[in-house]
Amino acid sequence: MTAPAIELKGISKAFGPVQANKDISIRVMPGTIHGIIGENGAGKSTLMSILYGFYKADAGEIFISGKKVEIRDSQAAIAAGIGMVFQHFKLVETFTVLENIVLGAEDSGLLRPSLARARRELKALADEYELNVEPDALVQDIGVGMQQRVEILKALYRKADILILDEPTGVLTPAEADHLFRILENLRREGKTIILITHKLREIMETTDTVSVMRRGQMTATVKTSETSPQELAELMVGRKVLLQVDKTPSVPGAVILDVQNLNVTDDKGVHRLKGINLQVRAGEILGIAGVAGNGQSELLEVLGGYEKGTGTILMNGTPIDLTGTKSDGQSRRARGIAHVPEDRQREGLIMDYAAWENIAFGYHLDDKFRTGPFMNHAAMLQDTEEKMARFDVRPPDPKLAAKNFSGGNQQKIVLAREIERNPDLLLIGQPTRGVDIGAIEFIHQQIVALRDQGKAILLVSVELEEILALSDRIAVMFDGHIMGERDPAKTDEKELGMLMAGMTGDPADVTVAQIEERLAYAGTGEKV
Amino acid sequence: MDLMTLLQLLDSTVRLATPLLLACIAGLYSERAGIFDIGLEGKMLAAAFLSAAIAYTTGNVWVGLLAGIGASLLLSAIHGVASITFRGNQLISGVAINFLAAGLTVVIAQSWFGQGGRTPQLAGAARFNPITLPFADALRDVPILGPIYYELISGHTALVYIALLIVPVTWWVLYATRFGLRLRAVGENPAAVDTAGVSVVGLRFAAVAICGVLCGLAGAYLATALQAGFTKDMSAGRGYIALAALIFAKWKPWPALGATMLFGFLQALALRPDLIQRTLGFSVQTQLLDALPYILTVVILAGFVGKAIPPKAGGEPYVKER
Repeated sequence: MTAPAIELKGISKAFGPVQANKDISIRVMPGTIHGIIGENGAGKSTLMSILYGFYKADAGEIFISGKKVEIRDSQAAIAAGIGMVFQHFKLVETFTVLENIVLGAEDSGLLRPSLARARRELKALADEYELNVEPDALVQDIGVGMQQRVEILKALYRKADILILDEPTGVLTPAEADHLFRILENLRREGKTIILITHKLREIMETTDTVSVMRRGQMTATVKTSETSPQELAELMVGRKVLLQVDKTPSVPGAVILDVQNLNVTDDKGVHRLKGINLQVRAGEILGIAGVAGNGQSELLEVLGGYEKGTGTILMNGTPIDLTGTKSDGQSRRARGIAHVPEDRQREGLIMDYAAWENIAFGYHLDDKFRTGPFMNHAAMLQDTEEKMARFDVRPPDPKLAAKNFSGGNQQKIVLAREIERNPDLLLIGQPTRGVDIGAIEFIHQQIVALRDQGKAILLVSVELEEILALSDRIAVMFDGHIMGERDPAKTDEKELGMLMAGMTGDPADVTVAQIEERLAYAGTGEKV
Repeated sequence: MDLMTLLQLLDSTVRLATPLLLACIAGLYSERAGIFDIGLEGKMLAAAFLSAAIAYTTGNVWVGLLAGIGASLLLSAIHGVASITFRGNQLISGVAINFLAAGLTVVIAQSWFGQGGRTPQLAGAARFNPITLPFADALRDVPILGPIYYELISGHTALVYIALLIVPVTWWVLYATRFGLRLRAVGENPAAVDTAGVSVVGLRFAAVAICGVLCGLAGAYLATALQAGFTKDMSAGRGYIALAALIFAKWKPWPALGATMLFGFLQALALRPDLIQRTLGFSVQTQLLDALPYILTVVILAGFVGKAIPPKAGGEPYVKER
């Protein structure tokens, strides 16, 4: 019997009082793809950092191909044949692809021979695994998909047999993700061992051979992927029953709340981002905007939220809102009953160094209840935050903790609490569950549906097609600054929506999925097919 | 302006640009590795003092030079420990070094020599003397090329030639060697270097040490070549001008040569107000000329000369994390 490519026995690691990993054991056979799934903070990344020599385990042993190894630093991990593709790439942006690959693995003191050898090997690797990159392009000029391939190539160039990928698809478009999984499949066929860390059930189900589930620092189960189901994995991850489907009744649309007529936006660089948008959102319905990122959805949210100028007409409850003048700011929008959960919560939704209570009061700090004359009423703000944290199940429920110290899901709950609790007429919500755990996704979706059921109008923007299909009462698809069309979620499917997202018109029966995917890869990049 | 005057002006430019060039390249190594070094000034001053003091005591300028480099390296080590090992604020550490050097040099000079914070005048082998290059005298009378060779190219001290040599060497090190690749990488993204299995701390200390050696050369040049002895605050802001030149040069070696030569030229011009009077027909106050390098520095720092993008990880201590 062959030895496992990698085996961990009883790995434990504590950070102060927090037990990040507790008695973790795992065996991964060579030539397989092994998934590790768990919520944020479950300890997946700590485990991988131990494997890559970033942390030293308090206890436990690591075996590579049956031999016990000590991994004290990255150098030792590389020597043991472990390659790591981090969630946030470790590339030097001002270097070329080739220089990045060679860095740290040079053959000699002079660069020239190393670069020449790397160039040759790169060509071979590209042919073998579909790992095509432009060796002489600067990393800052290439897309994230190619940057990730550079990371994989770095590992292979260092003769890695075990490749660990940490949340590899978080930054990729669906087409890029598919490309990645083809590469992983090729690598597996060549006998490489792959560990895929993710919180996306679908990726686990589609690509892995075996899967381990982590929860609160412990390995709760290791199963064959073919013998499990998304439902079972979700329950193992969260520790309770989870609804993967959104539970909602048909909508009862009321009066038109938001009426956008011929909206145009040209950005600072003179690029025409929105080209005559027309749409309506009624009370008690969710309008989902589908589309590949970069086709104008962000600008739409920004104009409506009051921090991008535009031309055209936007009626809110029948009265026009100011698109260019002194009333075209976030403050004025809030006064008109528009609440906004921005797409990038860390950049636009929160001030990461501010405490939760400051973030919750922010934007509403001039409300009478939050001030005493010209002074802020801290006590009122703190109390309000405590109430909101309890209602939205924000963990840990500590109003004084800085926003950056909450997990993605809890950060989103803080933003959501601030915006929803104002009782707005219209909620703008962008990428509500990006980087959010399954358990929190369920909660956030429930909140959105509950708000709709209270008769509010909701404009939802998401690049996750599944999310759009699950939540929306109507779906509008954006491509290149236009609305390609509106569809009823009950009467459409991913293929038809995919066509619209790729800017294709016509009968879905006439095109293949491959054709759509090919076009989708270019949607939003500004490149022509 | 005749050829002779122009050559004298350029000759003076080279002499005044040399300490700027050495300090600028010193800063280049440090900042390319991600360690901002505002303490170039202090290191030069310490090196100027110790090199002069030891050269005077031993009567050997080369021993003095080594001592100067040693003083500068010691301050570099402090900067390194503060900003790399203990991840302190690099600007504060640098400013502290400048204060330390400004005070200590005078105090020690007074204690050793009792001449009001100066070292005694250096003479003979205790100073770097001009080197006459081969055939300089013989070719002196050849029209045009002769004077250029004799006046401008020949007749400088050894440190001037070393400084000029350091430019191509630095270029080669940065762009053609493994060390250069790693050095540039660690200033842009230390995490990339760390995950590639290379020591971030080691690289940064190496860069800071090179910076120390070059600052030592620059300081020793001031006290033992440009002048004949140490005087209080003799670095006179050159460390800061070198930093400005570094920005002007966008952290690249060849442009650093150009930038420091330009500043050296301005300083040379400030020494010859009569030239301006003769060429332009009106007199310019010396104070204004003295101020010109600083004015230009401000103009550069204000971002009027192209966009200077510093190494991305500059000033940031590296904390290992996922």
